[in-house]
Amino acid sequence: MAVIHDVMPAFELFQPASISDAVALLNRHANAWVMAGGMDSFDWLKDRIKRPSVVVDLSQIQELRGIKPLNGGLEIGAGTTLTEVARDPLVRDKFGLLMEAAELVASPQIRNQGTIGGNISQDTRCWYYRAGWTCYRAGGNICYADTPTAINREHAILGADRCVAVNPSDTAPALVALDAQMVIQSARGQRVVNAEDYFVGPAVDITRMTALAPDELLTAIRIPSTWAGAQFYFEKVRDRNVWDFPLLNVASAATYAGQNIERIRVVVNAAAARPLRLRAVEAAVVGKPRNEQTAELAGQIAVQGAQPLRYNGYKVPLMRNLVKRAIRGGGGGTWTS
Amino acid sequence: MDFVKWGLNPWGQNILTHVSWTLFWASLFAGVMFFVAHASYMLLSAHRKRSATETDRLEAAHANLPTRIERHSLMARAFHWVMAAAMFVLLLTAFLPVVGVKFAWVTWHWIAGLVLTGSIVFHILHASFWLDFWSIWVGPKDIPEFKAEILRELGHEVPGPKSGKYPLGNRLYHTAIVVAALAAVTSGVLMMSRVRTPFFTRNPYLFSDGTWGVTYVTHGLAGVGLVGLVIAHVYFAVRPEKWWITKSMLLGWITRRQYLEHHEPDRWPVAANPPRGRM
Repeated sequence: MAVIHDVMPAFELFQPASISDAVALLNRHANAWVMAGGMDSFDWLKDRIKRPSVVVDLSQIQELRGIKPLNGGLEIGAGTTLTEVARDPLVRDKFGLLMEAAELVASPQIRNQGTIGGNISQDTRCWYYRAGWTCYRAGGNICYADTPTAINREHAILGADRCVAVNPSDTAPALVALDAQMVIQSARGQRVVNAEDYFVGPAVDITRMTALAPDELLTAIRIPSTWAGAQFYFEKVRDRNVWDFPLLNVASAATYAGQNIERIRVVVNAAAARPLRLRAVEAAVVGKPRNEQTAELAGQIAVQGAQPLRYNGYKVPLMRNLVKRAIRGGGGGTWTS
Repeated sequence: MDFVKWGLNPWGQNILTHVSWTLFWASLFAGVMFFVAHASYMLLSAHRKRSATETDRLEAAHANLPTRIERHSLMARAFHWVMAAAMFVLLLTAFLPVVGVKFAWVTWHWIAGLVLTGSIVFHILHASFWLDFWSIWVGPKDIPEFKAEILRELGHEVPGPKSGKYPLGNRLYHTAIVVAALAAVTSGVLMMSRVRTPFFTRNPYLFSDGTWGVTYVTHGLAGVGLVGLVIAHVYFAVRPEKWWITKSMLLGWITRRQYLEHHEPDRWPVAANPPRGRM
């Protein structure tokens, strides 16, 4: 079991003032630890679970901060804090989904310090993995959370492949629903990745949760105008409503033609190792009226193929109902177990 | 340099987890170096072939043999190519992610592993009951052939002995591939109990962590060994002087002249007017 130490371990600390300097450092130090707000990093480092010899602290890079309009949408610097995202008038007016998601992350203090780039790129909360045992995600050959005696209440019901850890981000499903793009910089140049492809499941890479290579830096998040002003729904269920990671969350963006659903994107997180866009649900409800029957259908489709573990069976009805509410809207209706 | 990876389990024990991927690169390097060294030697050395006059004499003496001699039955060839396809899928799904090509490889890997396992079981039964089981193995009886082959490689003109149905190189390779493939499929089938498949319920506690570590290391060692072995196999399959063997694996037969040039009729007898059948 990990022991929290009072002091930080020794490492070489770099505090670059520009993106180019940061990228050069990552290119020079193959296994450098990238730290944004430090909200996840300090646990890893103080617990001595991750032992990098080099830490690159991004807090001095002003280029990484701020929100600006871009072609009818937005570009958000990866180093922008969650509080800044939640309070930004452009975000609030056009992309309220992201505002809601950012406001529900952790606590006000954490939102003041934590960045949106860090929130979407954070590692999983699987406590077996974070305890430092050599599981699949840590380069070993077993998932301790998927054994007959494991405590796996928070783990995956979908998309598991050997590892059953889940992605704990609240803003990630909102960004996938908004069709965002991730701007990634490295010494090789810039690449732009769709939010949906930014997150990686264990089937593809069991030791990472994003498409970021060790020498790459997430510099910005672009949100196109596609869903600006659409009707949004975000709901997060957690054990402690004042400060916790999601047991499950759902984000949706939709437009309507009269009573019928014209376009829609529905994404859930904490059900799998990556935010899951529910394409089957989207296809099933487009063109249908926004009512209880459509919501019921969506909920049923959403959980098809779910494989609950010993202690997380509750996530199946929870996900079904969250998706129902996302389609129907939060008020009224029935909750089915 | 570490050849194996160690980890820590919840009981504080150090456990084996994997082979180091350094061994993959070592096996790849060894396979390529063997290819370069052998190809260079064959280009530059005084490597001798058997004299054509000897083969002419043998062909005249065995004119009653059929012009086409069956070397591999349809079933044997089917096994070979199914196994080859499965092996390539296994190696690509195992090692492309190691070199940075990321994709969902596990399901493809275990499906190909089951195909390989099934084809090996079929091959063992087929070879045991329908083929000459002992014709593929090496033993003390092959020492004269081994000496002759080495002398020929060194440029000396030496008379026989020639091989039976399978040249010595084939048999040595077969022995190596048997060891590596059996280790890979045995450990691989056990490892399937750790992933979700339609066949049985996952049971990660089938063995202790230590035994699982040995199983994973065995699988890894066999896998990286197969990289070098497959490179060598493909290399020999496309070499001009071995093409007649590759062709026989495609078509099933060799010519009478190839039979007499490369094989010892006493060790691989072929009926003069054969009813087509057992070979």
